[in-house]
Amino acid sequence: MSCQRAQELIHGYIDGELDPVNNLETGRHIQDCQVCASTYRSQTALRSSLRDKSLYYPASEKLKKRIQSVVRKEAKSERSPRSLGWRWVAVGASLAFMLLIGVMLWRVLPGVSGPSSDELLAQELVSNHVRSLLLSGSHLTDVLSSDQHTVKPWFDGKVDFAPPVKDFASQDFSLYGGRLEYLNNRSVATLIYQRRSHYINLYIWPTEQRGSTEEITFQRQGYNLIHWTSSGMNYWAISDLNNVELHEFARLVQQQ
Amino acid sequence: MQHEKLASFEDAVLPHLDAAHNLARWLTRSDSDADDVVQEAYLRAFKFFGGFHGTDGRSWVLAIVRNTCYTWMQHNRSPQFSAPLDDELEDIESEDLDPEELLQQSQDTEIVRRALQELPVEYREVLVLRELEEMSYKEIAGIADLPVGTVMSRLARGRKRLQKALTKHRQTEVLSELPKSTGTNTRLH
Repeated sequence: MSCQRAQELIHGYIDGELDPVNNLETGRHIQDCQVCASTYRSQTALRSSLRDKSLYYPASEKLKKRIQSVVRKEAKSERSPRSLGWRWVAVGASLAFMLLIGVMLWRVLPGVSGPSSDELLAQELVSNHVRSLLLSGSHLTDVLSSDQHTVKPWFDGKVDFAPPVKDFASQDFSLYGGRLEYLNNRSVATLIYQRRSHYINLYIWPTEQRGSTEEITFQRQGYNLIHWTSSGMNYWAISDLNNVELHEFARLVQQQ
Repeated sequence: MQHEKLASFEDAVLPHLDAAHNLARWLTRSDSDADDVVQEAYLRAFKFFGGFHGTDGRSWVLAIVRNTCYTWMQHNRSPQFSAPLDDELEDIESEDLDPEELLQQSQDTEIVRRALQELPVEYREVLVLRELEEMSYKEIAGIADLPVGTVMSRLARGRKRLQKALTKHRQTEVLSELPKSTGTNTRLH
């Protein structure tokens, strides 16, 4: 048996988990080889130190009693669900009443009329942005390139529109790549830009709206979002970059 | 019916409270959290006890305890969840220690406790189940929902990491016991 193989098997040997043949051969090897014997000794020493009683945390008597009584109570409530019947009716009635009040308030007060569609979308985009960064190893980009002539054609045939793609490296917003997303019930082209260590996700999809709209700024969970439309496209830029620089970025995109 | 259920639950699952608490305490690394997790896990276990037909109440309840721990840690945004393990890529070259030196370290249980506590949770759980609970690879695989081969490789890597950490802790211990520099003395005058 080679040392490499023995080193692999030594833990199974110590744990008594090897089949008889490997067990025998590993045992023999340890007898013959000083290096593996030393590993064996240090591992068994480690084991005995881990088996020290004071490393074991048994449940306290208090916890044992508490759990026993909690489980018994649970058994009781499973046994007699009907005895709780009237109480549940009362709970149900008060919930219904609160719901009624809620609906009335919602209709009367304009301020609590629920989140607007823009706000819901902003929330969806923030989640997408965060997810894209969490998966930055694998899914920040579908096409990784700082070349606009690579990124733009990549979207061909993947979305039913041609998103404008431009690299702003000279203004220190360098194009990092592109990604396809499904958001707001449609396919969305996503461009990723980088400034210093900050990533900007720029989401683009067509809109029916003619002309341009003003920038609208949102803040969610510490991220800045800027939304605008221009030339029949919806734009959403999201980043943890500060508001000033993100506006600078938005202006560059609008001027392209 | 319910009487029977309660009686067999108290028979098959309740006796493993120590094991349940030990695992929860090592995973959450906090006394009060471990108590809460164990209580929640036992309530869940009782609710799902109808689905338990095996004979190994300990493995069955430990799997529930482990799941409850993970859910709890995720809710509390435990930082150890930020970096998932990659069993394939990661490897640490083995640096075997002098057995005598290791024995000396072993005597210091507090250092062992600290080193094990600081191990990534994926290694910690297999080590706790193997060394403290003395479970077989197959039992551990069932509880941690891993293939048996992964249990073996995690144990191997976990032990190597633990050894390394023990050496490090031992060294810092020695360093902190050294007398401080003389700078403070001269200031007194």
